[in-house]
Amino acid sequence: MIDRMTEARGFDAFDLRYIGLIAAILGIGLLSIHSVTHDQEGGIAPYYLKQLAWIGVGTLAFIVMWAWDYHTIARLAYPAYAIVLFLLVFVLFEGRTSKGAQRWIALGPFSFQPSEFAKLVLILVLAQYYSKAPRVGWLQRVIVPGLLMLPGLLLILKQPDLGSGLSFVAVYAAMLLMVGVRSQALGIALLFSVMLFPFVWEGAWGALHDYQRQRIMAFVDPSYDPSGKGYHALQSRIAIGSGELMGKGLFGGTQSQLKFLPEGHTDFVFAVYAEEWGFVGVLVLLALFVSLIWLSLDIASKAKDQLGALLAVGIVSMLCFCIVVNIGMTAGMFPIVGIPLPLVSYGGSATIMSMASLGLLLNVKRRRLSLFY
Amino acid sequence: MLGSYSEAEYGDFQRRLILLRIGLLLVVALLALRLWHLQIREGAYYRDLSENNRTRQVLMEPARGLIYDRHGVLLANNVPSFSLYVVLDEVKNREALIEKLSDLLELDPAFIRKKLGGKGGKLLPRKIKDRLTLRDAVLIESHRLDLPGVMIQVESQRNYPGGVTASHLLGYVGEVSAEQLEKPEFSDLHQGSIVGQYGIEKSFDRYMRGQAGSKQVEVDAHGHEKKAVVVEKPQAGNDLYLTIDVRLQKFAEELLGREYGAIVALDPTNGDILAMASRPAFDPNVLSRELTPKQWVEIVQDEGRPLNNRASQGQYPPGSTFKVPMAVAALESKTVSPFSTVSCNGGYQFGNRIFRDWKATGHGAVNLHSALVHSCDVYFYTVGQRMGIDLMAEFGKEFGLGQSTGVDLPSERTGIMPSTAWKKKVKKEPWLPGETISVAIGQGYVTVTPLQMANLIATVANDGVNYRPRLVLAVMDRITGNLQELPAVPRGKINAKPETFRLIKEALADVVKVGTATRAKSSVVTIGGKTGTAQVAALRTGSQESIPKKFRDHAWFIAFAPVESPKIAVAVLVEHMGHGGSAAAPLAKEVIEAYFKLNEGQSAGATDASAAERVGATSEPL
Repeated sequence: MIDRMTEARGFDAFDLRYIGLIAAILGIGLLSIHSVTHDQEGGIAPYYLKQLAWIGVGTLAFIVMWAWDYHTIARLAYPAYAIVLFLLVFVLFEGRTSKGAQRWIALGPFSFQPSEFAKLVLILVLAQYYSKAPRVGWLQRVIVPGLLMLPGLLLILKQPDLGSGLSFVAVYAAMLLMVGVRSQALGIALLFSVMLFPFVWEGAWGALHDYQRQRIMAFVDPSYDPSGKGYHALQSRIAIGSGELMGKGLFGGTQSQLKFLPEGHTDFVFAVYAEEWGFVGVLVLLALFVSLIWLSLDIASKAKDQLGALLAVGIVSMLCFCIVVNIGMTAGMFPIVGIPLPLVSYGGSATIMSMASLGLLLNVKRRRLSLFY
Repeated sequence: MLGSYSEAEYGDFQRRLILLRIGLLLVVALLALRLWHLQIREGAYYRDLSENNRTRQVLMEPARGLIYDRHGVLLANNVPSFSLYVVLDEVKNREALIEKLSDLLELDPAFIRKKLGGKGGKLLPRKIKDRLTLRDAVLIESHRLDLPGVMIQVESQRNYPGGVTASHLLGYVGEVSAEQLEKPEFSDLHQGSIVGQYGIEKSFDRYMRGQAGSKQVEVDAHGHEKKAVVVEKPQAGNDLYLTIDVRLQKFAEELLGREYGAIVALDPTNGDILAMASRPAFDPNVLSRELTPKQWVEIVQDEGRPLNNRASQGQYPPGSTFKVPMAVAALESKTVSPFSTVSCNGGYQFGNRIFRDWKATGHGAVNLHSALVHSCDVYFYTVGQRMGIDLMAEFGKEFGLGQSTGVDLPSERTGIMPSTAWKKKVKKEPWLPGETISVAIGQGYVTVTPLQMANLIATVANDGVNYRPRLVLAVMDRITGNLQELPAVPRGKINAKPETFRLIKEALADVVKVGTATRAKSSVVTIGGKTGTAQVAALRTGSQESIPKKFRDHAWFIAFAPVESPKIAVAVLVEHMGHGGSAAAPLAKEVIEAYFKLNEGQSAGATDASAAERVGATSEPL
């Protein structure tokens, strides 16, 4: 029965829309990266060209994750997790340190960040775990998956990489909410509290004095704003706010062009975009993201089995989390944690990982059976 | 249904997905609301902030460590200097500005135009000129209102108060190059950082470099600094105390005068380089500035190659100074005894060729002592022929020839100590027996640097105990104030009997007393030494004065003093000045006498006092 249902389909209109959305978001990213880095040395090549190369590699990853049956991929989840854990241990000893955190493994002229790949592997592990057999009782449904996640989480927090650590927990929480917790009431309550957490957090966080926040942040993430004084957050807010309705135009963002805004091509690329394209541009980008997630949720709801549905939900929640937290932090709603904006920020590991995840999503859709519709 | 995916769970899952969608829309709506608040409601306020109250993080360059001589005399420091910048964004009429600036500063308009056209955004300040005179800086400041976009900034500039003095030793600094930035040892630097590019500035760069700090600067819309908050203080680099005595250094340089050449003076008991002069020299103050291409071409194409440190990079045939290691080799290899004699009639026949002695009439019967004293070539032709090139090479290597001395200067040359293996490897030809004979008197393939020869004579003076020549006596940590003395580095001992060194030193003393170097005889101190004349042109036709100067021989003299317990070893090389005895020996005597006069006040014991005491007693407060 399973074999009959796994016959793969070719491209359809849905796929084209989906890929078109991804391409549009990647394009916005390239434009903003180029705008903020066009007058600085990027080493062997300009940043936008390097990012283009990463997108090329990401496209390969996308195709592989799309073509290979996701059941086969999911069977590799545990070995892959073992490798990722090994790499995370390795990075603690041999990793390259940058800005106070040891996150990178050097590979010749490049370096990659195992914690990015750890997120996708965690989704695979949890989806595989829940769909393999009926999991009953809170021990099997909540505690065991939690224990599965824990070693990866601890290793990531040790680097320290607060951003990736939070995404790790977010993936786990999303899985828990979608299948782990039985009671509907509890599920809904949890779901809402997670979604509203940022805004509750803002209230609580906002009530603290600057120095109190500093102390807390210095404790959880030493790489946070080393110069203190909320410089990063303020410059980012100024960049976004000064974009006003129509923006300052390409290459016109004074905040980013004058290097007031650090990390303009990576974690704070949204601020650069918002400064140059204004509120109109921001709405366009948000609409693109919402459409992409909307289509992804369609895939989740029409997945032909639980494994597919869980993979889809895991990936969607991870993307949502990164998008919301990144935009939220650049807009000064949350504390600054290092989470890149998916498909937009400069960075090889994150770009490849996001594109691979989206390929896997399309894989789930491709193998679905029109059993329910 | 499938596996664990029950009907009830499926329904549950779909309901939760719908909730997820609602939640997502809610969160995105909140984000959009926040952005609307920032960009629309408070947009004007933030635009104001972005335009008028720009704060930015600015790097603060560290103060580079200073360089002193062994008695605490300042050799390199940092002085404030004025640089002229232009911010293009504020320039309304570029051509008018170029014209005004070229009038005020007497600069070529094309030069300014080129500087303004560099890479970077319109808001990044471009450096037009550094090292403005105070007059020019004041002139620009007084015309400020007519010159929108022009700024004068105070920057730190490396300064060498002695000008050309010790320039090859000190080296110079410059902006870190793009290639250097790729290397790991420069990873803490950024574009525009100043690093040592030559000499001690380069080899001890990591000591003197310091660490950049940063400050937050509020600038107004014109880029003028309004308020600055220091976030991280720059850390000054460490100071160096060199082994050289700048008075002796200067004296040696003046002795060379306008001639090309090098003088190296070492303390044989620890390898301290007391002076290292090389002429012609350059002014490091000029090279540490941004040079115009024309200036650069002038320096590089100068026939005297002033950037070349002749002491450590000049490679010359050692001439008869090579007879010193030859004599050690001859005795130690038992090729000769101190008493065996060779009959010299002015030539040495090998095959159908005759190798001439410098004295056409010959020296008669000579033993090792008289062969050194009168620099008999035939004696050493004979000895060399008996030893063979490979045994000579073995002893030459013992004395450090053909290899780096390990001195802390960039691009030291090694010279050549030839051997059969060397010729096969480098020239791809077998060794010819006749070549051994040339090498025996320091001609042919053998080449050395003056530093190697100074080190060689120091080793002989010190009865075979050798130290690595060193330039830095101590490093002063700017933060802790600790003075860390660098220890002398022993490089081993030449395996030879003390008797051998005694005999040779006796002979070298007689060279000065009655031999080829009587012009080095001093009334102040006993000197031992050996003359040398390095042939430049293969054929000697007529007297030296009758041929063009660039084909004349180089003059060598290596010496040590006092003979009884040597405190100083000197090597002198003067290019194209003919005989060592007449051109080089008097200079060595002058350097040695100057050294003892400078240290007259100190008793024999006081010169052995620890470096730290001397440095501490005389260094200026920091």
